[in-house]
Amino acid sequence: MKRSAGGRALMAEGIMAAVLLALPWLAPLLHVTADVLTRSLIWGLFGLGFDVLFGFTGLLSFGQAAFFGTGGFIAAWLLTSQTVSSVALALLIGTAAAGVYGLIVGYISLRRVGIYFAMITLAFGEMSFFLENSPLSALTGGENGLPGVPPPGIELFGRSYTVHSGWPMYAFIAVIFFVGYVIARRIIRSPYGMVLRAIRTNPRRTPAVGHDVERYKLSAFVLAAIYAGLAGGLLGLFQGYMPPDAFYLDTSGQLVLSTVIGGRGTLIGPLIGAFTWIDLREVLQQFPALGAAWKLVFGAIFVLIVTLFRRGIAGEIGALLDRRRRARSPLPEPAAPAQRHAAAAPVRARASTGPAILEVRNVAKRYGAFTAVEDISLEVREGELLAIIGPNGAGKSTLLNVLAGELKPSGGGIMFRGGDITHAGVIDVCHRGISKTYQINQLFPDFTVCENVEIAVLAHARGRFRADCFRSLDADGSRRARAEAILDKVGLLPFANHPTAEMSYGEKRRLEIAIALANEPRLLFMDEPLAGMSPVERAEAVQLIGALATERTVVLVEHDMDAVFRLADRIVVMQNGVKLAEGTPEQIRNDADVQQAYLGGVDGHEPA
Amino acid sequence: MPSLGLFLSQLFNGLALGALLALVASGLTIIFGTLGFVNFAHGALFAFGAYAGFLTYQASGSFVLALVVGAAATGLLGLLLEWGLIRRYYDRPPEDQILVTFGVGIVIVESLRAVFGGLTRNVPLPSWGNGILNLHYFFYPVYRLQVLGIAALALFALYLLIYWTRIGLIVRAGIEDPLMVRMLGIRVPRILTLVFGIGALAAGFAGVVDSPIVSVAPDVGSRVLVESFVVVVIGGLGSFPGAIVGGLIAGEILSLTSMINPAYSDVALYGAMALVLFLLPRGLLGTEGRI
Repeated sequence: MKRSAGGRALMAEGIMAAVLLALPWLAPLLHVTADVLTRSLIWGLFGLGFDVLFGFTGLLSFGQAAFFGTGGFIAAWLLTSQTVSSVALALLIGTAAAGVYGLIVGYISLRRVGIYFAMITLAFGEMSFFLENSPLSALTGGENGLPGVPPPGIELFGRSYTVHSGWPMYAFIAVIFFVGYVIARRIIRSPYGMVLRAIRTNPRRTPAVGHDVERYKLSAFVLAAIYAGLAGGLLGLFQGYMPPDAFYLDTSGQLVLSTVIGGRGTLIGPLIGAFTWIDLREVLQQFPALGAAWKLVFGAIFVLIVTLFRRGIAGEIGALLDRRRRARSPLPEPAAPAQRHAAAAPVRARASTGPAILEVRNVAKRYGAFTAVEDISLEVREGELLAIIGPNGAGKSTLLNVLAGELKPSGGGIMFRGGDITHAGVIDVCHRGISKTYQINQLFPDFTVCENVEIAVLAHARGRFRADCFRSLDADGSRRARAEAILDKVGLLPFANHPTAEMSYGEKRRLEIAIALANEPRLLFMDEPLAGMSPVERAEAVQLIGALATERTVVLVEHDMDAVFRLADRIVVMQNGVKLAEGTPEQIRNDADVQQAYLGGVDGHEPA
Repeated sequence: MPSLGLFLSQLFNGLALGALLALVASGLTIIFGTLGFVNFAHGALFAFGAYAGFLTYQASGSFVLALVVGAAATGLLGLLLEWGLIRRYYDRPPEDQILVTFGVGIVIVESLRAVFGGLTRNVPLPSWGNGILNLHYFFYPVYRLQVLGIAALALFALYLLIYWTRIGLIVRAGIEDPLMVRMLGIRVPRILTLVFGIGALAAGFAGVVDSPIVSVAPDVGSRVLVESFVVVVIGGLGSFPGAIVGGLIAGEILSLTSMINPAYSDVALYGAMALVLFLLPRGLLGTEGRI
């Protein structure tokens, strides 16, 4: 099983190498020129980085021309001004400069996400064009670009060759593209790459399991800039001329179009998409009346693909093959659903409570004039199960979000095991040993059940950020083993290889809990774990929560009073953002204020 | 040191340019506020309006008619786009919404190029816009002042629409809390179509107004699109006052810096955007809590 997966892993590289080798013989039969292929490869290389950024990390940038142009013009300038005589050195400097520029632009534009990010990168792309076009025109040639870029030379067996245009140039670029492709595949298949995919799939949960999302995003942005810079440098070498349109908004747009048409998240998509328009342009230019129409055709294809085939050419073909493969060998149906949690008799023995693990002092959370949580102080003791109850809108979930570091408190302080975590933020809080399950499932729907847990295990094993781009995911079996152990705990092990989207609601709820267990939390927050469950699922989940609470401290927010009174060692009652009462289940049951709030109060009856 | 006259004339240029940018950007903001996504075809709609106005002007000789027909035709195109394509995207991820409008923009621009060719067309000034005014310190073209007036009037009309009508109430509610508005069941398709049409109309109208100043070409809108993005980033996306403030700031930056060194005026604009992003990521008038 493992071998065949490993064999398949290198199959893509093998096919790519074979295709690149065969093209010089195949292309003439299809009336495709070497120049069309070479140009497509340059765009394909440009797109490898962009696909890592957009297809895998989910960041849609409209400013990639900035890095394409930067790398290209710096390499071209170094060569034409004869500052540097080595083509390789010029390419390297240009590429590095594009990376540095990417670091700066990324740092600023990643302050915002989604549509803002797209708009801001677009604006930075335009700014770069204007910089090239006027203030720096003495160096860059402004609208004329830089002519006279020398062809690259290669040293082979002590003799030097000049790479001429045509098929030699194709071979030169194809080798570089292939290396770039192999590197990009490795990156995607590394733990680092898995975190990038997680960010696209669920940008909220990824930091909550302990990954420093901002640094991952920035590094992906720099990576894309480096690929763009190298591709830009090659463009100058290929044409013998560095054109100013490398900086055009059109260039950024064309890259987006190519990637989406070819298939985002496939790495080869940009190459396929670029070949489509470059060849289309070449063909249509033979008819004078249609010369400019290629872009109209390409734009229309693009709208069609985005609307109906959003995976793009390579993506749709891949999905088709996947479906056939799965139809041929379906996933084994899990033998018997895990019933054993329901079998255990008592929910849990009352824990002997230790010292305070979490101290909350006068915590408040305000939104403008509205106060969601006001002046809450409480203590959670090591080993206990503390339940927080209260009517809807009492501020329970907000309090939990503040304690888990997802919201900044407006006032007060939080201490966890003697350390101040008031302003630590969710990533740090996670690494200190706190985690949280969400009221509404926060899963990674594109991943399998096991991968959902693995992504959290990765953070626990690797820390906030690690650029282990060249490690293979398959090399480390402990991640998988650890994830399976956790899945076993919640009874999902038989479903480990199933797609998350195919799980039932109750199973997804348990997966939600499994993810939160990956950092081996000493303190687990659970926000309404029973919400929306059927009675049978509920009974199972109550058993599970009881079992989990024997190994760690749990703070439970729940509306199911039956479950709360069975599980909790102590109960805190909240109403309108303040603490109404605190005590053992017996004390709470007999508290007049609580009875008033729940039964006779203005907030009405709370359904169990 | 630039003279007072030059300074004042550039100040007016900035106002006229800024008001126009504000108009384009407010169309962008209204669409964003209600539909929840940024219309990357906005620049193409600007160009479409300019061509529609140009044709009408050529045929009738009346610039006023050109304004009306150009704006109406673009508004109509907006309605059709929303009805035929955009509405299929409300439940899709934001990237897809950006991509489809971006693609539509390309199709519009390339269609214009296919029909009218790539050459720029000069649009003569309307008869009532000819001439130069002596403003004591400096001479100033009449039409630019009129642009300022026309854009201000159009913005005022939008203001009335947003703050004094039922549709406007829904637009504002949508900006404030899109989820709640949807919950209330108000997001009836007809209103969304209408809002997209109004946003498109604003872009098309601006396209006609601008055409005698910059002349018309298929890609005349791409620059406007980028600049209006800068405007909403500076002013705060989704905020109507933000679009106006951002537009005026952008217009003044562009024209005042070009007085010192034209080569740097565009760069200064993007520099200002970077600065605002750095200090106030949500823009000058943007509200907390929205992405």
